[in-house]
Amino acid sequence: MRQSPWRMRWIPAIAFALIAVVQADVLPDDRSDVLYHHFEGGGVTVQGPSVLIRKKAGDSLSFSYQYYLDMLSSASIDVVSQASPYKEHRTQQNFGVDYLHNNTLYSAGYISSIEPDYNSKTAFLNISQSLFGDLTTINFGFTQGSDAISKVDKGKHVAIGQSAAGLPLFHADADRKNYAVGLSQVLTRNMLLGLNFEVDSSAGYLHSPYRSVRYIDATTLRGYSYQLERYPGTRTSNAASAQLKYYLPLHSALDGSYRFFGDTWGIRASTYQLGYTQTLGSRWTFDASLRYYTQTHANFYSDLFAYPNAQNFLARDRELAQFHSKTLELGASYEFHPSWPHFIQKGSLNLDVERMFIDYEDFRDVLDTQFKAGQEPLYNLDATVGQFFISFWY
Amino acid sequence: MKSASRLVTMMGALLGLGISALPAGALAADIAPGAQAPTFQLNSSLGKPVSLADLKGQVVLINFWASWCGPCRQEMPILDQLYRSYQPAGFTLIGVNVEPNAADAQKFLKTTPVSFPILFDPTSAVSMLYQVSGMPSTIIVDRTGKIRYVHHGYKPGDEGEYLNQIRALTQE
Amino acid sequence: MSRRFRCGLAAGALATAMLLGGCQVQPWVKPYEREHLADPIMSFDRDPISSSYLEHVFEVREGSHGASGSVGGGCGCN
Repeated sequence: MRQSPWRMRWIPAIAFALIAVVQADVLPDDRSDVLYHHFEGGGVTVQGPSVLIRKKAGDSLSFSYQYYLDMLSSASIDVVSQASPYKEHRTQQNFGVDYLHNNTLYSAGYISSIEPDYNSKTAFLNISQSLFGDLTTINFGFTQGSDAISKVDKGKHVAIGQSAAGLPLFHADADRKNYAVGLSQVLTRNMLLGLNFEVDSSAGYLHSPYRSVRYIDATTLRGYSYQLERYPGTRTSNAASAQLKYYLPLHSALDGSYRFFGDTWGIRASTYQLGYTQTLGSRWTFDASLRYYTQTHANFYSDLFAYPNAQNFLARDRELAQFHSKTLELGASYEFHPSWPHFIQKGSLNLDVERMFIDYEDFRDVLDTQFKAGQEPLYNLDATVGQFFISFWY
Repeated sequence: MKSASRLVTMMGALLGLGISALPAGALAADIAPGAQAPTFQLNSSLGKPVSLADLKGQVVLINFWASWCGPCRQEMPILDQLYRSYQPAGFTLIGVNVEPNAADAQKFLKTTPVSFPILFDPTSAVSMLYQVSGMPSTIIVDRTGKIRYVHHGYKPGDEGEYLNQIRALTQE
Repeated sequence: MSRRFRCGLAAGALATAMLLGGCQVQPWVKPYEREHLADPIMSFDRDPISSSYLEHVFEVREGSHGASGSVGGGCGCN
């Protein structure tokens, strides 16, 4: 049995990144970035390259393309407790176009994410309008996606519509729709406010064909047994955030944000972030930030059910558990002006490192077998995330 | 979903209220074609103060710019070309830099030098006088000191319009 | 989309349309005063390739997502 925690279930974040830098009065700058990313923690290593290219065509159009690869090597607690470590790749490509007309920016794009057992296609449309002497920018976005889920077993890929000898046919779909509205407001010559609100809805097969929940079973030596998880066929959620950026003397900036999330699965989550940016001379920029995250569990989540089929819906995915996490981020960036090639105006070298600490409040470490079922210590994980990237403006 | 729709309505209402509460000042007609260009005097890159009154008799293009403004930076070499082409015909161009600290402007001018005079408006007095409502802003004044054309913003291709307008005014 | 949400969205859109329709408001931060706002360090998203990666890192491990992007601010040119 394989686990696939690296599934790209939610694309809008990436979609927003393509348009997030946008002002509605000028097209985004022409630039390219090449990035290497590395995640290590909880028995999982994910690394790979990413490339982003953006170029204007004429005065009103800007095109962008992003390639992203995840090379995953997983021996996470979920994998090790029920299966064996495995390796996998996920490839994502984003295509985007922006069209500027007077003070309105229209953006559209397509995102594709492919991994052995999960294919995702998403299309998005966004309109940004600047008002009041460009002090206010509002934007409306719509995203629609569809996912095709299959199952990989013992290295044989059971694709949609096919069946490998002796293995059952498995094919499932999920659809997503997302509506977003945002406002950015210049408050003073030194202060910016950003507000965002999003509603999204998914329907279809929303869980994992590999993952299981556990229930008390006195007939086994370890005291529990597994059964496959069962999720509702729909999920609707709201997210609202506010972000403030403040320019400080000595060429530095402070930023703070809060996001609230709630969904029909009973999850309530809050994200708090505080960041500081300091420049040194004309070439160096340093960033530091702290993120604190807390979430309540889904109402059909339990680390250990009392008996099989205890509820209509059953989940033991630690993503839906009750937990809090703290992340510290440090980054440094060096700007340079290469004399060759001539079409490159400036470049930057960037390094960014995060330390993430997740403490679960109702997910237990089943690998600690010296404890009785339900009394194992709560699981926690530390992770280190690193990014190194080079950017060019032309 | 209740809270969702309430939040959206609230945001929409807040936006409406907030904006209507702001001072909706009437647009003054002072800086418009037909009006006399207000006179001013500022320190310049020529080492001596330059006054608009001194330039009477020439067609003057006043360009308000800043080194932090992308379209302004794009426009500078094009303005330089215009200046060099039409100066013999009695045309002059002054670039009014609106930054409080002249150092950033000087740094930009080192990499992108121009031949027309740069005037420094660190207190924004002239920007306010000319009701600069967009960056960059270009005001073309005729030989008698009357404002003839006002442009806000710059998009590649706008220089065609400037060319036609300057040509017409220098022939007056 | 629920009916109530659609009403809310329509109200918000109507308010915005009214404002777009030509309400003359004088900006309290003049275009020539936007030096700090135009600085890259005041951008909501300075390096999209990096922020999109980090968004993904959190989303895969957390039950929540969304409302992370902001547009606007900046130089206000043109």
